[in-house]
Amino acid sequence: MNLMTITRRSLHRPLVAAALALGVLAGGAGRAQAVEIQYWQYVFDTRVQAMTEVIKQFEAENPGITVKQVTFPYADYQTRLIAAKAAGRSPEVMQLFYGWLDTFIAGKLVQPLSKEAFKDAEIEKDFFPIVSAMKRNGEYYGLPTAVRAMALFYNKDLFQKAGLDPEKPPKTLDEFVAAAKAIAKRDAGGNYQQVGIALDIARQDHNWWREILVRQYGGESYSEDGSKVAYNTEAGAKSLEFYTGLQKVHRVGQESFMDEGQAAFRAGLAGMVVDGTFRVASYKTIQSFKWGVAELPTYDGRKANFGSYFANAIAASATGEKKAAAEKFLQFISSEKAMKVWLEKVGELPARRAVAMTDANVNDPIYGPFIRALSYASTPPMVDEAQQRQVSIDMINGVLLKDIPIKDALKVAADREQAILDKFKAK
Amino acid sequence: MTAATYRPPGTGSGSAWGRLPISTKQIIWAWAFLALPVIFFTVVRFYPTIEAFYISVTDWDLLNEAKFVGLDNYRRLFADPVFWQVFRNTFAYLIFGTPIAIVLSFAIAYYLDRVTVLHGTIRALYFLPYLTTAAAMAWVWRWFYQPVPIGVINSMLSTLGLPTQPFLRSIEQALPAIMATAIWAHLGFQIIIFMAGLRAIPTSYYEAARIDGLGEGAILRRITIPLLKPTTVFLVVFSSIGFLRIFDQVYNMTSNDPGGPLNSTKPLVLMIYQTAFSSYQMGYAAAQTVVLFTILFTISMAQLWILRSR
Repeated sequence: MNLMTITRRSLHRPLVAAALALGVLAGGAGRAQAVEIQYWQYVFDTRVQAMTEVIKQFEAENPGITVKQVTFPYADYQTRLIAAKAAGRSPEVMQLFYGWLDTFIAGKLVQPLSKEAFKDAEIEKDFFPIVSAMKRNGEYYGLPTAVRAMALFYNKDLFQKAGLDPEKPPKTLDEFVAAAKAIAKRDAGGNYQQVGIALDIARQDHNWWREILVRQYGGESYSEDGSKVAYNTEAGAKSLEFYTGLQKVHRVGQESFMDEGQAAFRAGLAGMVVDGTFRVASYKTIQSFKWGVAELPTYDGRKANFGSYFANAIAASATGEKKAAAEKFLQFISSEKAMKVWLEKVGELPARRAVAMTDANVNDPIYGPFIRALSYASTPPMVDEAQQRQVSIDMINGVLLKDIPIKDALKVAADREQAILDKFKAK
Repeated sequence: MTAATYRPPGTGSGSAWGRLPISTKQIIWAWAFLALPVIFFTVVRFYPTIEAFYISVTDWDLLNEAKFVGLDNYRRLFADPVFWQVFRNTFAYLIFGTPIAIVLSFAIAYYLDRVTVLHGTIRALYFLPYLTTAAAMAWVWRWFYQPVPIGVINSMLSTLGLPTQPFLRSIEQALPAIMATAIWAHLGFQIIIFMAGLRAIPTSYYEAARIDGLGEGAILRRITIPLLKPTTVFLVVFSSIGFLRIFDQVYNMTSNDPGGPLNSTKPLVLMIYQTAFSSYQMGYAAAQTVVLFTILFTISMAQLWILRSR
């Protein structure tokens, strides 16, 4: 791929020279110099198509700039960005998960957005508050096109069969457990035939526990500045007891039933599943049953949600005209226009309030619950997403598989995660 | 020097090449052909191996300049409980996997050697898994091990009225479950090599033994097993290295939580992979690599020494 760029560049050079000469001959009729910038994101069909469309519109409006989209499989994506930086070949604009930001700043992959091109006051007024996860020391390092939130997906057919009202999904955790109990079915040997709730610790349940349940029980997952683990409290213990109780006490579901939670739901063998916006496109292909989306059940009236996103940032290596082009492109892909394309093609929620909070969106049976959640969603800072996730997974597994007392498991996890945070801050 | 006038044109009278003896020229040619693989191996194998030793004493993280940190990475490694867990897992794969694989493949080869009906077909069936992509096979086995309703093994247990097993979701059963897959994957290869070894034993030995009135058991103990020693040594070393480097099966069968619940199946190679490519701690990962290298080297050498022919 790099080779292609090199040959292209060397082909472009004489063309550019010729164009320049022509420009001079024509008495400086216009700037003919073309700037090429690269945009990297990971492979996901609808995202790539949406970006191709957005780039087409951008190039039409900015004839002097060409944008080359380069994609990699998700599993390699972060490694590619880091390796490219080490090789001095970073793309001018890159997509990154908000949780990678600290690593990317420490590694000098990205630069802060200029205050002239991106005004703080406008960002804070126009975008959802979770955009603040891209801010460090008063400077924004990137902006999202789309944001994600979590919700409860439920199988309307199974609700009906269990004698529940398919138009009244559970609103509180108590109602949620009751509904799950009504739906779960086990054979004489105790094996699940159907689960009330599809559980999947590694995918979304660790987020559901740490970012949502902990808050609903009155706690916090991290301190305000993100430097301290804050879940080793009574609220943390109660929420962990609730989550593990779904398998140990209420017996309404089982980790690894149908291998993956989303597979169990798709197969019509799970009454409910907690999942994110990104799953909507996949569930829309379900033919065999009707399903709905609801805001996550609350505890004690408290609502909470986990907002996350892939943002776009400008490489630290971009300077001069490439940087100017990159800024224009970043402005374009975080504009209302681009967000409309994204919502239409990818189905992800627009990051700007004006595009998201239209009556049609807020009342949409599928997108509505997600969009309503954005106003109270939080996005905690992360320093090493993979390792921090592993801590939560191991904690839950310790309780489920080794019967470690809740408080001990919680303390071990908090200490382990604190060590990860401390190690990063010490760098 | 009249001989010079008889030299064929092109070799040039008095050129250095022309004056070399044939045997020297052959050596030079041999080296010229060997140079390519030698250079290749130096660049892609030996140089990175040596470089890994250097990286293991730095704090390189791909992004920032590497700083020399002495033996910090090793100290941290030996103090890391996950490392010792992973170390135990790796040796569990080796200590249980290799003998089971060798005994099983020998037994199958020994009896398959006597089967004449459909011999080729049966042999092909045993060899088939070896031709299958490790990842594809791991996923099929992952599904075998699922709980009901999709897991084949548990569905059978349930039909027979036996209690179903958690397999990959259990901290005790996950490692043996993955080991079984790894053994099965390499069985075909080991059977073929054992059969080649069996066929290479001259039949006259067996005839002589039978004339002398030796029973089948004695023939197996006195003739077959001793004469198969070179084959066995090769397979033991080969299989041990395979188990010490196990990765594909583990990664694919537990990709939800790589290394199984609470690291119950995680081998050293997977730990290295995660340290290097999810956490980008290249120095720490290199230290783990050096430890793995030392283990592989020691065990291979020890096996060659123990099983050497006296």
